[in-house]
Amino acid sequence: MSRDTRRRFISAAFVTACAAAVLLAMVPLAMILFFVVSQGVQALNVAFFTQMPRPVGEPGGGMLNALVGTIVLTGLAALIAIPIGVVSGIYMSEYRGTRLAAATRFAADTLNGVPSIVIGIFAYAVAVMPFRRFSAMAGGLALGVMMIPIIARTTEELLLLVPGALREGALALGATRGRAVLTVIVPAALPGIVTGVVLGLARIAGETAPLLFTAFNNRFLSTDLRQPIASMTVQIFTYAISPYEDWHRQAWAGALVLVTFVLVCSLIARVVTARVQRLRG
Amino acid sequence: MRNEFSFRLAVGACAVLLIAVVAAIGLELARESSLSIRTFGLRFWLTTTWDPVAGQFGALPFIWGTLYSSFLALLISTPIALGVAIFISELCPTRLRAPLVFLTELLAAIPSIVYGLWAIFVLVPIVRQLETITPDVLRSLPLFSGPPLGVGMLAAALVLAVMVIPFTSAVAREVLKTVPVVQREAAYALGATRFEVIRSALFFARTGIVGAIMLGFGRALGETMAVTMVVGNNPQVSLSLFAPQYTMAAVIANEFTEATEELYLHALVEIGLVLFVITLIVNAASRLLIWAMSRSAVPASPRTTTIAATV
Repeated sequence: MSRDTRRRFISAAFVTACAAAVLLAMVPLAMILFFVVSQGVQALNVAFFTQMPRPVGEPGGGMLNALVGTIVLTGLAALIAIPIGVVSGIYMSEYRGTRLAAATRFAADTLNGVPSIVIGIFAYAVAVMPFRRFSAMAGGLALGVMMIPIIARTTEELLLLVPGALREGALALGATRGRAVLTVIVPAALPGIVTGVVLGLARIAGETAPLLFTAFNNRFLSTDLRQPIASMTVQIFTYAISPYEDWHRQAWAGALVLVTFVLVCSLIARVVTARVQRLRG
Repeated sequence: MRNEFSFRLAVGACAVLLIAVVAAIGLELARESSLSIRTFGLRFWLTTTWDPVAGQFGALPFIWGTLYSSFLALLISTPIALGVAIFISELCPTRLRAPLVFLTELLAAIPSIVYGLWAIFVLVPIVRQLETITPDVLRSLPLFSGPPLGVGMLAAALVLAVMVIPFTSAVAREVLKTVPVVQREAAYALGATRFEVIRSALFFARTGIVGAIMLGFGRALGETMAVTMVVGNNPQVSLSLFAPQYTMAAVIANEFTEATEELYLHALVEIGLVLFVITLIVNAASRLLIWAMSRSAVPASPRTTTIAATV
């Protein structure tokens, strides 16, 4: 084989290998989606959303308590994370280049990389130990801490996309920095910031590890923030490692609900981002 | 002027709060593990006996399991993730690009618990099949010793690999974007084949690529649920892929609510503290590499600054 033929052959083989890698990466995705949908629909019905879990051996029932719990927990997390995340994002973009902005960015990236289970221990230390009780509050705190860096970084990125002319125009008209940010710059970036929040919610709604020893679990329907609370993810975990067929079916149905929620959130984010980019030309 | 200052003060307070949260995590972990650190010292990390009843805590099997499973996961995921990144950014038709990016993002968005569910009921039986048909010649090697249980190191490494692929490939894609187009054009002009052009682009981007791989490593180290569900939860230091083992995150997830003794609780928190420190170092190092890469490259597109935001 001549040298050139060999080079061309290697190149073709390389291109094929890369395409094969894409197919290989899609196999688990296809498998997961297939099993979640095909197993999940079997137990998914109206009762799943409106009824409480039944005891082992009684088929049927639902995950009402876990569904409500996840809504309460993510709501709490959003209450904690949105103000801190958005405002520190504003700081990072408005005072770009300052040492505090760089330190905040580093802290946000660090926090983003901290394993969720470690954040769970933190929430346990500050919100469970002092009260000697697992609580929805502690679970919400753990999820909130996880959500802060996601929101902060998206807010920063999107504020930077706001055209400089807008900012300069506001300042030239005599607006103070605070007024320019609140009335011109943030409104311009608002759709993007909302997208960031939606993506953040999607991510923490699927978290299990930090809830195991903060929100713990609750067999009953509860919205009391000082009491342990159930969640979709912890419930799926409990059901998955149990030996009961009925519970396994419930776990798959729960997974289907979670995956659908995540999918819808990323589609919304995609549509909004595309629209924002189109408006900007 | 005063107005200006008070705005900055108010906004800056939130930024400081974010930094304070990270510091507080480190401090709380150190405080809540002090008893175990004082009692065992370095012995904690060098011994293998984990016996809560007798008050003996050696964490070597957990740190081994975490490092070994993450290493194996990288071994599997790195070639695939780089292949995906190269295909999306260099080879595929423009029309395919957006859907492929969406699919890999979806892979990253699937919750860990769903991976775990899939792993228990689908992956583990497949792994068990594979382990059963492994020829006896191989089974005598330490790498493949032990009964074919299905759950164990191999299953954990496979799930981790799947979970890490989207992260590594997303960062690698951004890194490849920072390679100047002229560099590729120059290579083509010299008569290079496609492979040779991409090889030179990879070489140009090597620092960032290493950063991308390390970032995946950081993710794998801290992954909890999916691993807990399939790794076997058996504290032992073994090279065998078939052996049920344990990881740092998994032991915290499984035993934290059972830890009623103070020493037991502190021992678990100490594992968390070390996990925190290791991921901190790995993440900081990888970001440093990616940052050095994007700085040295000629700004090819305004998107280069967003590398850190994609992960």
